[in-house]
Amino acid sequence: MDQTFSGQLVNLFAAFLLLIAFAMLSQRRVLTLIRLFAWQGAALAASTLIVAYSTGQTHLYFSAALAVLLKVMLIPWVLHRLIDRLQVRWDVETLINIPATMLIGIGLVIFAFALAAPISEMANTVTRSTLGIANASVLLSFLMMIVRRKAVPQVIGFLAMENGLFFAATSATYGMPLVVELGVALDVLVGTFIFGIFFFHIREQFDSLDIRHMEKLKED
Amino acid sequence: MEITLILGTPLAGALLLALVGHKRWAPELNALMSLVTLGAAGLLTARVISEGPITALQEQFFVDPFNVFLVALTAFVGFTTALFSRPYMRIEEHHGRVNPARLRLYHSMYQLFSFTMVLCLLSNNVGILWVALEGATLSTVLLVSLYRTPASLEAAWKYFILCSVGIAQALFGVILLYFAAEKVLGAGGTALLWTHLYEVRTQLEPTVLSLAFVFLLVGFGTKVGLVPLHNWLPDAHAEGPTPISAVLSGLLLNVALYAVVRSKVLVDGALERNFSGALMMGFGLLSVVIAAFFLSRQKDIKRMFAYSSIEHMGIMTFAFGMGGPVAAFAGLLHMSVHSLTKSAIFFTVGHATQTTGTQNMADIRGLIEQSPTIGWGLALGTLAILGMPPFGVFTSEFMVLTTAMHEHPWATPFLLVALGVAFAAIFGKVQPMVFGEASARRLPHPPALVPVFAHLAIVLVLGLYIPPYLVGWYRQAAAFIG
Repeated sequence: MDQTFSGQLVNLFAAFLLLIAFAMLSQRRVLTLIRLFAWQGAALAASTLIVAYSTGQTHLYFSAALAVLLKVMLIPWVLHRLIDRLQVRWDVETLINIPATMLIGIGLVIFAFALAAPISEMANTVTRSTLGIANASVLLSFLMMIVRRKAVPQVIGFLAMENGLFFAATSATYGMPLVVELGVALDVLVGTFIFGIFFFHIREQFDSLDIRHMEKLKED
Repeated sequence: MEITLILGTPLAGALLLALVGHKRWAPELNALMSLVTLGAAGLLTARVISEGPITALQEQFFVDPFNVFLVALTAFVGFTTALFSRPYMRIEEHHGRVNPARLRLYHSMYQLFSFTMVLCLLSNNVGILWVALEGATLSTVLLVSLYRTPASLEAAWKYFILCSVGIAQALFGVILLYFAAEKVLGAGGTALLWTHLYEVRTQLEPTVLSLAFVFLLVGFGTKVGLVPLHNWLPDAHAEGPTPISAVLSGLLLNVALYAVVRSKVLVDGALERNFSGALMMGFGLLSVVIAAFFLSRQKDIKRMFAYSSIEHMGIMTFAFGMGGPVAAFAGLLHMSVHSLTKSAIFFTVGHATQTTGTQNMADIRGLIEQSPTIGWGLALGTLAILGMPPFGVFTSEFMVLTTAMHEHPWATPFLLVALGVAFAAIFGKVQPMVFGEASARRLPHPPALVPVFAHLAIVLVLGLYIPPYLVGWYRQAAAFIG
């Protein structure tokens, strides 16, 4: 596979990543949100695989495998089980209505590209043009965490942010050293489990996963 | 060898206590594990003093004067807090606030938290440092919500979300750092090793590094509790068990600041102007001033001392931001004395809230009459943290102030006003709690007050006379980061 072709393929997957980030912002249903998260993981793994193949960076194969295992299979499965057990199928409420959120999102993407432009020029990887996209998906996930009121979508926002960061690492530098990536993956996995435990505690205490109930601790 | 012991003991302790943490003797086992860690830290310190900086395990771990002093401090406070936690958690169990299953979780996570702290300090790999710091949040978050009250769940959720999002920003900073380093050091394992980065710091790309520093400061700064990223801190301190408040204030905040300072050293090498210093001074000063004004509005005793921690972390950040050997020396000294004093205060506060059954300051009265040691411990600790001579906090704050007068005179009035406001607020609230009519009940287990007075004695000694070898030690570390 020659460099330009693989570069274009990576760009394609990067575009998917950004599209999925927007889709998540606009999605009201929790189940679909989890499915989208799994697809984002798949796009991430595919682009990592292409970078690994075209540059011969063997450790990226591990990263790609890790992404498939963790982000496409394990975490979505855990989240599925959680919402089955908790029976939260209802629609997601947002703080700001969805069209307005999308407009803010577009603004964030422009900002992210402006921020990434000087760094992209310095990168000598085949994937440098995608750094802006990585940055944008981090910011979009951030936005999602801010505008969602329920605990589960907030967590998916957090996990999607980690996807964006992972993509930034592959696109700017061909991935971090393997030991660091393993450590980050471990943290994310443990974090997901703790979030899961939390959901039960919150539900037990408040009879709901709405974080509006958790705004009592304020300065008065 | 010592490094393996320091890292291995708390990790083994975490696994062991995950099995037996609910047994009657688990608190003693917890303290024993921390004691072994402290012993290993002592050995390591002695070795670094005699042999100089060392690296281990293919350079994945390193020890220099800066981190070895924090390792010793962390192990010491970890051990004394474990001693305090023995009667404290027994009394909590007696009062029915925790059950054996939660005690098992508590003991296991306490050791795991100690492990992440020392891993963070000893790791040469900036990526692993990040992983360990996130691990510290993960291990303490379920402890903040240990009592499962609505308020504690809310505090833990806030802590978890804010710190995870914050630390995600730091991960982006680490990625940018790696991106810059990879050009000089080549891809692969060595490009994130701090010792290698330090050697090539002048060749790193300045624009990338300045952007990286902004992300690192925001990310790690969330954990330091810098205003305006501090929202999680008072809640997490107030709602969790008191030993956890003590280690959060005494250890976690220090270690997060350590990560910021390590990043600053690299960025200062790459940049001509004092970009990182100015940012840190700004954040530090803002934290000092805002926290001081929030102090007077607090009703909950643990919340109040949590705000005091924000204030002191601000002073340290400001000191490290100023840079130079004197300010860095003051920052390091302040790190030590604040950590010791604040954990001592939380020990007494923990027992005071147990005797009176409330954290509301208006309902805590006459501690000296009920239990002189708790009362005097709180009174002396408060005087120490407010920077009264002859305690060590006075020495370090005095050094920060005089350096600020010399180099950044504009900042001095802000600092002085903030310290004055903090004094008025805290002293005015602690005085009626300590004196006055008693409103307390007896504790079912004798309180642990040896750690309190041990900490305060060390702080007092550091204020009167810092032993020469300790001065040399601080100086080496300060020269390194200043």
